[in-house]
Amino acid sequence: MRYLPLSDADRSEMLRMIGAGSIEELFRDVPEKARLTGPIHGLPMHASEMAVERHMTALSRKNMAASDVPFFLGCGAYKHHIPASVDHIIQRGEFLTSYTPYQPEIAQGTLQMMFEFQTQVARLFGCEIANASMYDGSTAMWEAILMAHRITRRNKTVISSGVHPHYVNVAKTLAQFSEDALATAPPELSAEPDTERLIGKIGAETSAVVVQYPDILGRIIDLTLIAEAAHAAGALLIAVVTEPVALGLLKSPGEMGADIVVGEGQSIGVGLQFGGPYVGLFACREKHVRQMPGRLAGETVDAKGKRGFVLTLSTREQHIRREKATSNICTSSVLCALAFTAHLTLLGEKGLRQLAQLNHARACETADRLATIQGVELVNESFFNEFTLKLPVEARPAVHALVEKGVLGGVSLGRLYPGVDALQSGLVVAVTETATAEDIAAFESALKEVVQ
Amino acid sequence: MTVNPSGWRPSTPTNERDETHTVTGNRALMLEEPLIFEIGNTEQTGVDFAEVPQRATRLGGLERNREIGLPGLSEPETVRHYTRLSRQNYAIDLGLFPLGSCTMKHNPRLNEKVARMPGFADLHPLQPQETVQGALQVINELAFWLLALTGMDSVAMSPKAGAHGELCGLLCIRAALEARGDKREVVLVPESAHGTNPATAAFAGYRVENIPANAAGRVDLEALKARLGPDVAAVMITNPNTCGLFEPDMKAISDSVHAAGAFVYCDGANFNAIVGKVRPGDLGIDAMHINLHKTFSTPHGGGGPGSGPVVLSQALAPFGPLPFVAKYADGTYKIVEEENAAEEHPNAFGRMVAFHGQMGMFTRALAYILSHGADGLKQVAEDSVLNANYILRRLADVLDAPFAASGPCMHEAIFSDKGFADDVNTLDLAKALIDEGFHPMTMYFPLVVHGAMLVEPTETESKASLDQFIEAVRSIARRAKAGDPSLKAAPIYAPRRRLDETLAARNPVLVYREPPTAQAAE
Repeated sequence: MRYLPLSDADRSEMLRMIGAGSIEELFRDVPEKARLTGPIHGLPMHASEMAVERHMTALSRKNMAASDVPFFLGCGAYKHHIPASVDHIIQRGEFLTSYTPYQPEIAQGTLQMMFEFQTQVARLFGCEIANASMYDGSTAMWEAILMAHRITRRNKTVISSGVHPHYVNVAKTLAQFSEDALATAPPELSAEPDTERLIGKIGAETSAVVVQYPDILGRIIDLTLIAEAAHAAGALLIAVVTEPVALGLLKSPGEMGADIVVGEGQSIGVGLQFGGPYVGLFACREKHVRQMPGRLAGETVDAKGKRGFVLTLSTREQHIRREKATSNICTSSVLCALAFTAHLTLLGEKGLRQLAQLNHARACETADRLATIQGVELVNESFFNEFTLKLPVEARPAVHALVEKGVLGGVSLGRLYPGVDALQSGLVVAVTETATAEDIAAFESALKEVVQ
Repeated sequence: MTVNPSGWRPSTPTNERDETHTVTGNRALMLEEPLIFEIGNTEQTGVDFAEVPQRATRLGGLERNREIGLPGLSEPETVRHYTRLSRQNYAIDLGLFPLGSCTMKHNPRLNEKVARMPGFADLHPLQPQETVQGALQVINELAFWLLALTGMDSVAMSPKAGAHGELCGLLCIRAALEARGDKREVVLVPESAHGTNPATAAFAGYRVENIPANAAGRVDLEALKARLGPDVAAVMITNPNTCGLFEPDMKAISDSVHAAGAFVYCDGANFNAIVGKVRPGDLGIDAMHINLHKTFSTPHGGGGPGSGPVVLSQALAPFGPLPFVAKYADGTYKIVEEENAAEEHPNAFGRMVAFHGQMGMFTRALAYILSHGADGLKQVAEDSVLNANYILRRLADVLDAPFAASGPCMHEAIFSDKGFADDVNTLDLAKALIDEGFHPMTMYFPLVVHGAMLVEPTETESKASLDQFIEAVRSIARRAKAGDPSLKAAPIYAPRRRLDETLAARNPVLVYREPPTAQAAE
C-alpha cells in the first residue's frame, strides 16, 4: 500500500500512546451494526502501479482519440494545440497540490496567477473586471442570469436561439427552482440569427438578454443593437463566448455594450478531456462587483509595504455569508485557470491574433471545399472557426457513417436538438489550427461518399 | 475604485536596511516576480505559427480594431515566471497541510499519468458514442465503486464540485417532493455546517433554519425532532461532522426525518474517515456528495477543479440529472441525455453542466481506488483516524480540546483558543506555524468552537511528520499562553509578511492597470 507511510509498528506504538487497545476503539461512536468488519465483499483488493496502469491503458485504447483521426468537432469544446510548457507548469507540485489560498503569505503563487488571469479575462472580454473562474461556461452563464436578477430585481430572461442548447438546459433546470422565467427557442438554419425577434421579446420586466458570440451555428452578430435595446428597457446584456480564441480577431462583447460576459475557457490551455474539467470565465462591470459570484484575488500590501495579493470581497461568499451568499460556489477551477493564463501568456496578443487568423483561414478553406459537394450547403455568411452545413441527408447517421470512414466529422444538430425536424440536416463543423491539409481532404472525400 | 498607481515595486522597505536587504529584493532562493503585465509586451510571443495566407475574412464586419492588451512572453520567460510563482506556494508536496475538512492528502502521480493518456484526455464530449466506449466504461466503473462504498442505489456523476453536488442532491429532493405533490419550504442545517450547505439550500429556493449542536458537539436530536414538520423538505447533516465527530444518532436522525416525510442530505466532505468502514446507505442517508478531490486524491490545484458525484437512495434515484452512463446487457455503454431521456429516465430533474462532468477527475479517482482496493481504502480510513487521534492526544495537554473528554475523534481533531493570553489569538498561532514550515490548520471553523483550530492530518503523513508538527504546535501553544508578543509579527520567513486584507476589501484592485507614464509627470 504505497500511499500509506505508517508501518504496523508505527500503528501499534501510536495506539499505545493514545491509550487505545485497537483501531476499532477509535470507531466506537459508530454503532456496531453499521460498522463493516472487513473489506467490502466482492471488491478487488489493492493493486500495483503497473497493474492499474495496464488496466487504465486498456480502457483508454477503447476510445478514438481526437488526435488520431481527422477531427472537426466543436459546439462548446475545441481542439487546439497546447504548448508542452503549459502542462509542465500545471504539474508543478506547488500549484497542483496546493489548496485555495486562504493563507496568503504562503500562497502568493496562486494568488498572483489568479490576479493575472482576472486581468487577461477582463481585457479579452472587454470588461472592467473578472473573477478567478467558475466550474465551466454553462454554470457561469446560469450564475450570470442570477446576478442580473439580483442587480435589476427582475426575473425574466430572454435567451437567444443561438445559445448552446446544453447551456440553455442548465439554465432551464435551475430556473425551475429560482422562479426565473426564461424565454428561448431553437435556432433556424439561416445565415442570420433573428435579432429583430430577439429584441422584440425584450420588455419592461426583462432582467437580461443572453446572446452567444459566435453562436451555436458559428454565426457572428453585432451585439450593439441588442445592448442598446436591453439597456433602453433597463435590462442587462449577457454575452456568452464558448470559443475565446475568436476574440483574437473579433471585437469583444464588452466593446459592444455587454454588461456581463461569461465563457468557456477550455479552448485555451485546458484541452478536450471529454467535457471536463473546464474553466468558466466571468467578467462584468466594476460597479456590479458586489453582486458577482466566485472568488476574487485583489492587490494589497503586507506589513512591510510589499505588494501582495489576497482573496478579497469574501463577504459575497458562502463561507462568510452562508445562506445570504451571492452563490454557493466554493471550489472553482483554479488549475484550469492556470493552464489558461499560462497558454495565453505564451501566446500574447500577437500569438493569439496569429492563432485566430490561422483558425479562420483553415475554416474558410474547409467551408468552401465542403460546400462544393453536391447537395451540401453552407448555412453561414459569417463565422470564425466553426460553421454549419445543411446536408442532403440526416446529419446524425451521417456522423456515424463518417466514423466508419475514420473521420470525426462534426456535431449533428439532431444530437443537440432532438425532435426539432428542421435541424436534423444540420452539421456543425469546427476547424482549428490542428486540422492539416490531409485531414481536410480526407473529410471532404468521406463526406462526399456519405451524402451520396 | 482605484487604478494601481505603482507598477512593480521591488519594494525593499525604505526605513529598514537590515541584513536581508538586496539590490533586487530577492533573497537567494526566495525570488520576487513581477506581473506578466510588467515584464511582457504585446509583440512578444512564445508560440510559433505557420504563415497565414492572406484572404478575405468572413467575420461579419466585426474585426477587432483595437488592441486587447495581452502581454506575451517567450517560452523561457514563461516557464521562469510560473516556476518562480510556484515557489511562493505551500503545497502537500512540500509538507503537512492539515486543513480540517479539506482532506489534503498526497496526490499520486499515477493519477496524473493516467488522466493524460490520449485515449482519455483527447476526447471530445460530443464524439459519437461508439468512439468513447472506454471513457464511458471508466465512468461506469467509478460509479460502481462509489455505490459499493456507500451502499446507495444510484449515482449522479456530473456535478463539478462539492457544493454543486449539494445542489444536485437538493434538486433531487425537491423533484421527489414535487412528484408526490408535496411543496415544502424549509431546509434544516446544523450550525456547525459548512457554509456551502445553507448557501446551496438558498440557491435551490429553500428557506434555511439552523439546528443547534449539543454540548458533546453533535446534532441535538431532540431539538431536531421538535422542529421537524410538514414544511421541512430536508435536513443537511455532515457526518462525520465538522467537529471531527461521528454522529452516533445518525440512524435515529434519518428515521425521524423520514417519518416526517422529509429527506436526509449528507455532506460527504468528511467521507475519508469512514470510507470502507461505514456505508452511509446503512444509516438512512438519501443523498450524499463525494468530493473526489478529497477522499479520492484528485489534486486541489489551488482551488479546483473538484468533482462532486452524488449518491442517491432508491427514493431519489428516479430524479437524478442528465446526462448519465447506462450499461447494456451486450456490454456496451450509452449516454442517457435529452434525446433518449423520455424512454430511459423520464423523471430526471434536468441538466447541471454542459457535458458529462469532470472526466479528468474520474480517471484519477478510479486509478486511486484501484490502487488501494477494498482493503486499502479501509486502511485509509483507519490511518486517517489514527493520525488525527494521535495529534488530539499529544496536543490535548497544551491546547484546549473541547470534545476530547467524550472520546476519540474521527479524521480531524478540534481545538479552541481557551487559555491563550488575552492579546493572542488563533490567527497568531496559525501564522507562527507558517514560520515553522507547516500550512496552518483550518481556523475559526466550525463556528461552534471559539477560535477553532481544526486539524486534519490525513493518512498520507508519516509518524515522523506528525511528531515534527506536534512539537511545533506545542512550542507555539506555550508561547500563545504566555502572551509572547513576537507571535504578532509572524510569519517572518514567508515570501510575504501578514497581508492587509482590510485594505484589499475596502479599496478593491482586481485587475492590473498600467501606471500613468513617467513623461506625463515630468
